[in-house]
Amino acid sequence: MPNTINTEKTKCYHCGETCENDALAIDDKIFCCQGCKLVYEVLSENDMCTYYDLGAHPGESQKEKSSRSNRFDYLKDPETAKKLLDFQNETESHVTFYIPLIHCASCIWLLENLYQIHPGITFSRVDFIKKKVQIKFQHQKISLQELVSLLSTIGYEPKISLSNLDKKAQSSSVDRRTVKRLAVAGFCFGNMMLFSVPEYFSEVELIAENFRGLFNYLNVLLAIPVVTYAASDYYISAWNSVKQRRINMDVPIVLGIATLFVYSLWEIFAHGNAGYMDSLGGLLFFLLLGKIYQQKTFSALEFDRDYKSYFPIAVTKLVQNQEEVIPLTKLEVGDVILVRDEELIPADSLLLSDTAHIDYSFVTGEEVPVPKRKGELIYAGGRQKGEPILLTIQKSPSQGYLTDLWNNESFEKSKDKLLEPLSNKVSGIFTWTVLSIALIAFLFWLPTDLSFAIKVLASVLIVACPCALAMSTPFTLGNTLRIFGRDKFYLKNASVVERLALVDTVVFDKTGTLTDPARAQIKFYGESLSEETKAILKSMVSRSTHPLSNRINGWLGNITGKKLSFIQEEKGKGIKGIYLGQEIRLGSASFCAIKNPVSHREGNLVYLSISGVELGYFHILSGLRAKAPEVISSLEQSYELHLLSGDHAHELNSLKQNLGKSIYYHFQQNPIEKLTYLQSLNEDGKRTLMIGDGLNDAGALQESEVGIAISDRVSHFSPASDAILDASSFSKIPKYLDFAKKSRNIIKASFGLSFLYNVVGISLAVQGILSPVICAVLMPLSSISVVVFTTLSTNALAWKMGLIQSKTEK
Amino acid sequence: MEVIFLLIGVSLVLAGSFLYLFFKAVKSGQFEDDYTPSVRILFDNHKKTSKHQPIKPKSNE
Repeated sequence: MPNTINTEKTKCYHCGETCENDALAIDDKIFCCQGCKLVYEVLSENDMCTYYDLGAHPGESQKEKSSRSNRFDYLKDPETAKKLLDFQNETESHVTFYIPLIHCASCIWLLENLYQIHPGITFSRVDFIKKKVQIKFQHQKISLQELVSLLSTIGYEPKISLSNLDKKAQSSSVDRRTVKRLAVAGFCFGNMMLFSVPEYFSEVELIAENFRGLFNYLNVLLAIPVVTYAASDYYISAWNSVKQRRINMDVPIVLGIATLFVYSLWEIFAHGNAGYMDSLGGLLFFLLLGKIYQQKTFSALEFDRDYKSYFPIAVTKLVQNQEEVIPLTKLEVGDVILVRDEELIPADSLLLSDTAHIDYSFVTGEEVPVPKRKGELIYAGGRQKGEPILLTIQKSPSQGYLTDLWNNESFEKSKDKLLEPLSNKVSGIFTWTVLSIALIAFLFWLPTDLSFAIKVLASVLIVACPCALAMSTPFTLGNTLRIFGRDKFYLKNASVVERLALVDTVVFDKTGTLTDPARAQIKFYGESLSEETKAILKSMVSRSTHPLSNRINGWLGNITGKKLSFIQEEKGKGIKGIYLGQEIRLGSASFCAIKNPVSHREGNLVYLSISGVELGYFHILSGLRAKAPEVISSLEQSYELHLLSGDHAHELNSLKQNLGKSIYYHFQQNPIEKLTYLQSLNEDGKRTLMIGDGLNDAGALQESEVGIAISDRVSHFSPASDAILDASSFSKIPKYLDFAKKSRNIIKASFGLSFLYNVVGISLAVQGILSPVICAVLMPLSSISVVVFTTLSTNALAWKMGLIQSKTEK
Repeated sequence: MEVIFLLIGVSLVLAGSFLYLFFKAVKSGQFEDDYTPSVRILFDNHKKTSKHQPIKPKSNE
């Protein structure tokens, strides 16, 4: 059998791909292509071969890379360059690039040692998770364009898209302000507890009496930053909510803080007693802790991407047959542009070349390229596969068929206001109850003793401060977020959990969501294929990256390929190979010179011919995603289901057969229609969940109450959404919905628990026997027990439902 | 017992300086990327001689 040569020897030293006949050798090392060899040469020239010591074959294949020298010309445009830079002074510029190729330790090492390659680079630092590198360089020595070219030469081409031009709101993974507030609260809380120790043991008389006064004053001093700095967010939020005549959770919190502080001041300065300052510090410390816990973010993912994140920043414009690279923002209607292989079409335009093969996988989720003829309108968002094509621009990039979606008003509103959180509903009732109890108690004691009545009033307000109540929501939701995250279901923020719990209508996209390109149904019609032919086909299709080749490759299974003397792929047409003097062609009907091509109503056809004689054809249908029927059948009992598809209705019958009849099917929906469909569902009072995958679902994902983007590679591509689901977890959707519901119940249960503490506390307070010591015990006790309860019960529930397999897995 | 006054002062200053250091650390972004440093620390210092390539005179290092 062929192909049994020691594989390690034939692997490219740079990228690890198996080298074909045309391998290049230098310094006893083999390279699969010029690109890989070039990277090695640059690195070895600069004495940087440590890159190859850190990991075997750390590079990425450079075969597919375009080598045009002018493609970064747009960076010479000072306006564009200025928008990309983070910072610039007379000598130094800072820039942050997103480099998707960063994948191993070698990458980090190389990118952080850029200064060894070029003296103009003074500093570079990689953020591995975000795949970003920050570079500081002296722009007199190296221009931005040269820097990008350099990165591209060493195999790390930054991805610069249209969205880079918008001034980015730096989203840091940790909310720095809240962390600082927590630090201050923690610092003050700790010290206040120390100074309160004599008070806790006041019966024992540990320390001389004369320290008490000092300790109390120190507590006041320490409480000032807590009240003025650490708690400031709560004042703003409470004030905003009161202004709208609502009571959110922060209103009773501010009420508690104010009473604690003012009453403690009065106690300390008027009576020389100990105040409740330590409880105040503890309250803020625990509250801020909960706030930070809730802010779990998945820094590798982005939830706010629109088409700009995928569109190129520059295009090649033809002016009097001269190529000119211009920024996309300067593109005008009527311009003629040149789009090369693998490049994205940036605006709706007419095809001037004879044929084109457009891959709309970004838009629809279907990755098999669509053939287009001269004069046809091509929508923005498609990717050309094959020969370079010429186009005339018909519409400006932001007003196309697809991109017009983002001009819809749905994209203006924030979803966080859609649902009043459970805690806000409760806090309204809670606040009024506490206030009335306090007032009744005050009036009850008033005839007896005024100062005692005031003490009771303050005690009730202090002890009823909803610390435990306020903590149950963030800890339950935060933990749910983490459990989902471990299971590859990434939510944008904690409020999505609550919205998810109330969903009653689920809308699916078809292509790429319910169907899975990797699970195609393939049938071969014609003469039966011999083992030899299969082996020949195997080596042909494994050389191609075309989706249909990949599917046939999967269908052929794990067989060993034959060695062919010649294989060539003509992009968008097919593959031809020569085996024992016979020409084998695999591809479209015209490519294989088929006289009478068959026509099927759906799916794709791939013909096979040997020496001009037709052997038969592959009929490839997109298959349903694994477990899709099970997901549908378990959802249809409790949810109303809809299906929206951009395709024609010809698959309706087979879909009905597989998915059942309880779904409302809608075909031929364009992106805007998908959006308005969701709008009409919302207007009917439905709580909608949209599950989609392409940019054409972006409007529907935005309009729905919860939009879930499903993706095979979560960090690569997903439209803006509330949650990103890894395609491998698709079958768990019913479980996730169920779990979200149950975690809402856990919040309710923990509300009950904290009410219990309040009953105990208030019953002490109305009798006027609350002391700083009791308060100092009761408050942390209630908070911690609520936290323990919610965390344990969510974990137990997740374990019971099979959502946590192993705790170490991330 | 007067030493307690001194001790209180010292402890507050000490705790305060820790708070200050923490602020500095937050500002420097130390808590934002918690993965890359774990890789970075394993890199050896750059050796001029590598087994791949004979030493070349370098001006720009």
